[in-house]
Amino acid sequence: MCGIVGLFLKNEALEPQLGALTSAMLATMCERGPDSAGFAVYGQSLDGEAKITLQSSSPEIDFPALAKALENEIAGAVKLTQRATHAVLTCRRDELDTIRAAVRRLAPSVRVMGVGEAIEIYKEVGYPTAVSERFELKGMKGTHAIGHTRMATESAVTTLGAHPFSTGPDQCLVHNGSLSNHNNLRRSLAHDGIQLETQNDSEVAAAYLTWRMKQGLDLGQALEKSLDDLDGFFTFVVGTKNGFGVLRDPIACKPAVLAETDDYVAFGSEYRALVGLPGIDTAKVWEPEPATVYFWER
Amino acid sequence: MPAIDLSTTPLRELNQSLHALAEGNNETEWEVLNPDGRHAVAVGIDAPVSVDIRGPVGYYCGGMNKQATVTVHGSAGPGVAENMMSGKVVIKGDVSQYAGATGRGGMLVVEGNAASRCGISMKGIDIVVKGSIGHMSAFMAQTGNLVVLGDAGDALGDSIYEARLFVRGNVQSLGADCVEKEMRDEHLELLEDLLQRSGITGVKPSEFRRYGSARKLYNFNIDNADAY
Repeated sequence: MCGIVGLFLKNEALEPQLGALTSAMLATMCERGPDSAGFAVYGQSLDGEAKITLQSSSPEIDFPALAKALENEIAGAVKLTQRATHAVLTCRRDELDTIRAAVRRLAPSVRVMGVGEAIEIYKEVGYPTAVSERFELKGMKGTHAIGHTRMATESAVTTLGAHPFSTGPDQCLVHNGSLSNHNNLRRSLAHDGIQLETQNDSEVAAAYLTWRMKQGLDLGQALEKSLDDLDGFFTFVVGTKNGFGVLRDPIACKPAVLAETDDYVAFGSEYRALVGLPGIDTAKVWEPEPATVYFWER
Repeated sequence: MPAIDLSTTPLRELNQSLHALAEGNNETEWEVLNPDGRHAVAVGIDAPVSVDIRGPVGYYCGGMNKQATVTVHGSAGPGVAENMMSGKVVIKGDVSQYAGATGRGGMLVVEGNAASRCGISMKGIDIVVKGSIGHMSAFMAQTGNLVVLGDAGDALGDSIYEARLFVRGNVQSLGADCVEKEMRDEHLELLEDLLQRSGITGVKPSEFRRYGSARKLYNFNIDNADAY
């Protein structure tokens, strides 16, 4: 089944409440996906800085020691913010590749969940409200956020199988449905040098969009192309640094509700997810049409 | 008149109170407040009562309804009035996919638009949609009437059996074995009655076109034996 929520703010005044609003939305979707949960939050980006979200499956990980070791590697500052099993490293943008390589070498068991100027990604196995409390989603600020509650169908219930999937800088995708041609696509993406971490179908969809955007398309155009190349059932919600997109397959049996006011665009798998949003009673509420790309950018 | 506030009363309590209504009871008008998109609101009623729901509901509202009149003053999620037996369900807003699915009787009136698969496998229900309906509507419809004042999406009436489909606007495409049919006097009379019962005025039955089964698909044809 799976549940999706998304909130793209147009009004800056709501940015301090992004996490609180998203966490309330996510909590309504527990029944749709009790296995695992995850969310991407797009926060303030600082000029010349980049963020790397790391995750460790072993509780003994000493993130502060890792950050120190990384500082030695680049002879510069690395800021660390740890939340449970995840940690966000902030470094200079031109040192990103050096840091990534050093993480792989110094802590091979640590996984990189996402990289970018604005994105932070948190996901774990567990009941969605417990996952969002663990990472203190409520207190997070930012411009847009996408969350997912998972009921696994295509691959195992693991942290890496949870959504969102991030396969490119500041990009993320969540998915409700199942793809039937993901193995073929995975092979052709690998041919073009795109390496995937899991056997999950949704990760292939994320990587497909990354691949298309690398070819110079914007998110809206990449989504348009995916209608030709992806086979299966899907409702996707995707994020970029400045953008927020929604797409349903032509059969459109996976549910989706959109709401828009002057202050925000919101997505929910069901209307229940939108009930707590400010001004929802007078918002424009509609179901996205099948095979139609919806895309907002600031 | 009982008013049940779902922000304070559990949904199950509301439905149990409605199921417990005995014949000849005096509580014939119910009001439901703050439904907030909850699923299965006012399902399985079997009493001649009216229930007014103030706000949007989630999945399966008014499902399996018998005798009651359920009105949603808002929009409804998937499967509204699913498998309705009799009575009436009225939605003031839009409805999601498979509205009125497998309904055996009664009337479903949608004042806004309906999404895909409206009236899928309908078995005797009358469905009147003032707006438009989505793709694959009346898929495998068996009997009953579907009236659409607006347009119909792709593959209307795919694999239809004997239901009658009346569309006033544009039909994007017809599904397998669904064809346009002649509008005879008996159909105009039937349509007049359906429009009147759903409270629609200013729309003439002659503005509609009728679609139904070509009856080529559901009988076994010996000439097609090689295909199996």
